[in-house]
Amino acid sequence: MLEVSGLTKRFGGFTAVSGVSFSLKEGEILGLIGPNGSGKSTTFNLIAGLHAPSAGSVRLNGEEIGGLLPAAICHRGIARTFQIPRPFRKLSLIENVVLAAFYGQEERPSRGKAHEFARESLNLVGLPIEESARVDGLGAAGLKKLELARALATQPRVLLADESLGGLDHAEMEQAADMLSMIRREKGITIIWVEHIMGVLMRVVDRCIVLDHGELIAQGKPAEVAHDPKVIEVYLGTDAADVQKTVADRTQ
Amino acid sequence: MKYFLLALLALLAGTPFYGLGNYPLHLVIMCLLWGYVYTSWSIMGRLGLVSFGHGAFLGIGAYSVVMLWNHFGVSPWIGAIAGVVVSVIVAVIIGLPCFRFKIVGHYFALVTLALSEVTRLIIVALRDQTGGSLGATPNTALAQGNAWSLGALQFSEKIVWFYAILAVWLAGLWVWAKVDRGMTRLALEAISQEEEAAASIGINVTRSKLFVTLISAVMTSIGGVLYAQYQLYINPETVSGISISLQMVFGVIAGGMYVMLGPTVGAVFTLLLAEGLRLALGDSFKQFPALDLAIYGLMLVLFIIHMPKGILGTAAQIWQRRAAAKAPARG
Repeated sequence: MLEVSGLTKRFGGFTAVSGVSFSLKEGEILGLIGPNGSGKSTTFNLIAGLHAPSAGSVRLNGEEIGGLLPAAICHRGIARTFQIPRPFRKLSLIENVVLAAFYGQEERPSRGKAHEFARESLNLVGLPIEESARVDGLGAAGLKKLELARALATQPRVLLADESLGGLDHAEMEQAADMLSMIRREKGITIIWVEHIMGVLMRVVDRCIVLDHGELIAQGKPAEVAHDPKVIEVYLGTDAADVQKTVADRTQ
Repeated sequence: MKYFLLALLALLAGTPFYGLGNYPLHLVIMCLLWGYVYTSWSIMGRLGLVSFGHGAFLGIGAYSVVMLWNHFGVSPWIGAIAGVVVSVIVAVIIGLPCFRFKIVGHYFALVTLALSEVTRLIIVALRDQTGGSLGATPNTALAQGNAWSLGALQFSEKIVWFYAILAVWLAGLWVWAKVDRGMTRLALEAISQEEEAAASIGINVTRSKLFVTLISAVMTSIGGVLYAQYQLYINPETVSGISISLQMVFGVIAGGMYVMLGPTVGAVFTLLLAEGLRLALGDSFKQFPALDLAIYGLMLVLFIIHMPKGILGTAAQIWQRRAAAKAPARG
């Protein structure tokens, strides 16, 4: 449903993303991985509309959406989370999510309906729905959940989940992974999951693509990617065995 | 609380009948007029759009009516509409690029500061039409012993102005409350905290900011019209430029930005301060023409550091705390 072709972004003389092409199938979870500085966040921001592409195209169900502003991308049905959570701290928890429910769609729902969507999203990620709940009390994992709830409240068809640099421990990352698969299962939302630690991701994604220095170096099923010599060389290094084991455990 | 406010309003509405004399009634009218203008400013100011350029809208409103009336005999009612239209155009010209290219905070304040000063300089430069720094007086329509002329929006009776401006002030508060309860306020608060995140959930940042900016600019220019017609004298210093723009910011912050009556309390405070200074310093006041401005500046700093919620905001906070402390004792 999402078709990215020849996507390129230059910042002055520096090419952050260079001719990246891939496609996203309806209902799948696609992993987008790469080491720090590989261009995965830029790719992500190009799709989400935070940057305009220097060249190439992004098509959603055939419609060109490259270069649209973030709000317009959101109205097309693509929601995102941020690497470092960006809650509206002075608003209450529910207000954070109600805003997303109210403004997130082309056709604005009534305020009552927006509240309903907001409660549903908060429930789904397991955050409190009381009017009095504040953002202040949330830890790193809670803020990540709020990012997801806010994105989900816009009623997206595609979710761009930026989970890199999450500041989560291993157990929390496992939970986050479970949550993404649960969201796909419950809501039928297609997901692109950006991550720089391969381990947990490989357990959940259907396919993954690997970026390095702004270029796409591999794509395929987790098992294929984990054994790809190029990926092992530039990225996995000594962790290759661990990752391959994770993938192997999954198939059993 | 609601009954208290209604009683206060009733008390206020009776002001002309207390036999206070002209000067105190004039002060009350000025409090209401500036209360309205400050309320207009706070509609955008409280949402992270701190403008130092509202003198421009005040000046545009005031000079539009007086110039059209004096040079072309156009009724102030039409002149007011012209002033509003020009204000909208100026607000869009300044606002659109600022909002589209994320000029926020200090940078936005600087751009708007320039706007208010440019407006003053234009008025001064067009001295053949505007009277320059000497100011301008609308040609009187009351020559034949008429007490008032509705078409020329001139009334010699203060009581008429009192009720007209009371009504406009109430309308201003109504708009403030309407915006306060609307979804747009939440959206703008979100924008002022995390602009990119707000955009990512579908909030049109430029449109939301422009929406409150236009409301605020239109209301302020109407304030300029009322000022010109009530005072029957305007000059570039009193309705445009840095000094009046700074005074608006000061008044609102002093009164309290986040409560409905805060800007009005700020207007009362500013006016009492100005009158007090005038009485206390007498002639020496004239020897230091920028003394009032220096005092505003100093007090602004003190307020921002020690009382960021303003007089009314802080009072409301103390009151709530007391109520909260009492409640468990009763239970």
